[in-house]
Amino acid sequence: MSVPAELHYTPEHEWVSVEGTSASVGITDYAAQQLGDVVYVSLPSLGATVTAGEPCGEVESVKSVSDLYSPVDGEVTEVNTELEDDPSLVNAEPYTAGWMFRVRVAQDGNGDAALPTDLLSAAEYEELTKSAG
Amino acid sequence: MTSFAGWQMPLRYGSEMAEHLAVRRAAGLFDLSHMGEIVVTGPDAGAALDYALTGQASALSPGRARYTMICAEDGGVLDDLVVYRRGEQEFLVIANASNTATVFGALADRAEGYDAAVVDATQDYALIAVQGPAAAGILAPLVQLDPAGPEDPGWPELGAMKYYAGAFGTVAGREAWVARTGYTGEDGFELYCRPQDAEHVWTVVTAEGAGAGLVPAGLAARDTLRLEAGMPLYGNELGPDVTPFEAGLGRVVKFDKPGEFVGREALAARASAGPSRHLAGLTIESRRIARHGYPVLADGRTCGTVTSGAPSPTLGVPIAMAYLDRPPASLAGAVLAVGIRGEAVPADLTDLPFYSRRR
Repeated sequence: MSVPAELHYTPEHEWVSVEGTSASVGITDYAAQQLGDVVYVSLPSLGATVTAGEPCGEVESVKSVSDLYSPVDGEVTEVNTELEDDPSLVNAEPYTAGWMFRVRVAQDGNGDAALPTDLLSAAEYEELTKSAG
Repeated sequence: MTSFAGWQMPLRYGSEMAEHLAVRRAAGLFDLSHMGEIVVTGPDAGAALDYALTGQASALSPGRARYTMICAEDGGVLDDLVVYRRGEQEFLVIANASNTATVFGALADRAEGYDAAVVDATQDYALIAVQGPAAAGILAPLVQLDPAGPEDPGWPELGAMKYYAGAFGTVAGREAWVARTGYTGEDGFELYCRPQDAEHVWTVVTAEGAGAGLVPAGLAARDTLRLEAGMPLYGNELGPDVTPFEAGLGRVVKFDKPGEFVGREALAARASAGPSRHLAGLTIESRRIARHGYPVLADGRTCGTVTSGAPSPTLGVPIAMAYLDRPPASLAGAVLAVGIRGEAVPADLTDLPFYSRRR
């Protein structure tokens, strides 16, 4: 199971990658393995406002339907339309081709992306998945 | 892993879709040791089962198997079963794991007054299934079959065994009841061996099958395989609130067998009145899955409920079985949909099964 060190994580198993004020979001390798083969992903609309910790889509696997939570506050600027035709990218490449949506987040006082303070580091997330078994 | 009827079961080993396709194209290896094995023996074993079940076990020849059901007095399905006749006076009844206690209890009750013994032998058997077009080729070098009796020439080789037949023998040198049965819609075998031999059998079969594309397959693949094959699952399509006729399986009720059987009166009434619901197949015009309990809509109004739904790896679209409150033929021309979490997703009626293997 891979947990890239440079990403931020949520306890709901999303990852966040930040470049400037653009945050890319997907679900973790651990989540994808737990779900099994992903067959459908419902993503937020372009321009939609998403709120950290609130559901903004669904991830459907053979055996289950799970809510997709936004890890950040902001406006959706891009969604991964490749997933419409090939949702299995979420299983195959959860951190790269299987990304889900991008959000423009507000800037903090230093001009950096203002991220929720409760996002987890890779080490913290890995600990969480271990304790979950 | 997942908990199922008190057993820890493998839901999947890797990708359930890949496991499914391996069974359709090559072969899959399943650990089905959770299934219930009930042994019925004695001079009246066949007669007792004829009374207890909807089918006529006594008409089976030794070495043959039948799909059948056990019903309550009111005709409701207590379980669906496979019955093997292993000898003149010995039958092996296979029950679903969640129903083993119920089936054992009912068989023991119903065998009272017959010269027959009913034993729950579930803990005495592990069950390993090898399913798929490559199954016979993989197992042939590993299996030795015994003749069923002094006069029985036996099956000359595994590949000659008929579908829905079984024989005592050995697999990888370990004693087993070897049957050509399964729940995937493919050719395949079920190996009932001793629990202490299961790991050895699994390991040897895995090694033998590696070159032929055999992969371990979990419960998730088993469910999508049986759904494509249009086979009912107890708790979804079958339960105490339906008779075999609702599930389109009235043929398992043998009214012409000699003697009385439990549920006859209610089942005869249902057979003449017609089913109260109709099992139908649906394909979904989306990637979304129509899951158990979702409503089926005809022109926007509820006309039924989904019982099982999954992606069909073979067809490439989601499929579902549903109970409809009217015959599917009466819905010709209606706009059909499934209510998937508040959205009416278009669906189409289709004949069952969704998939039949070429023979």
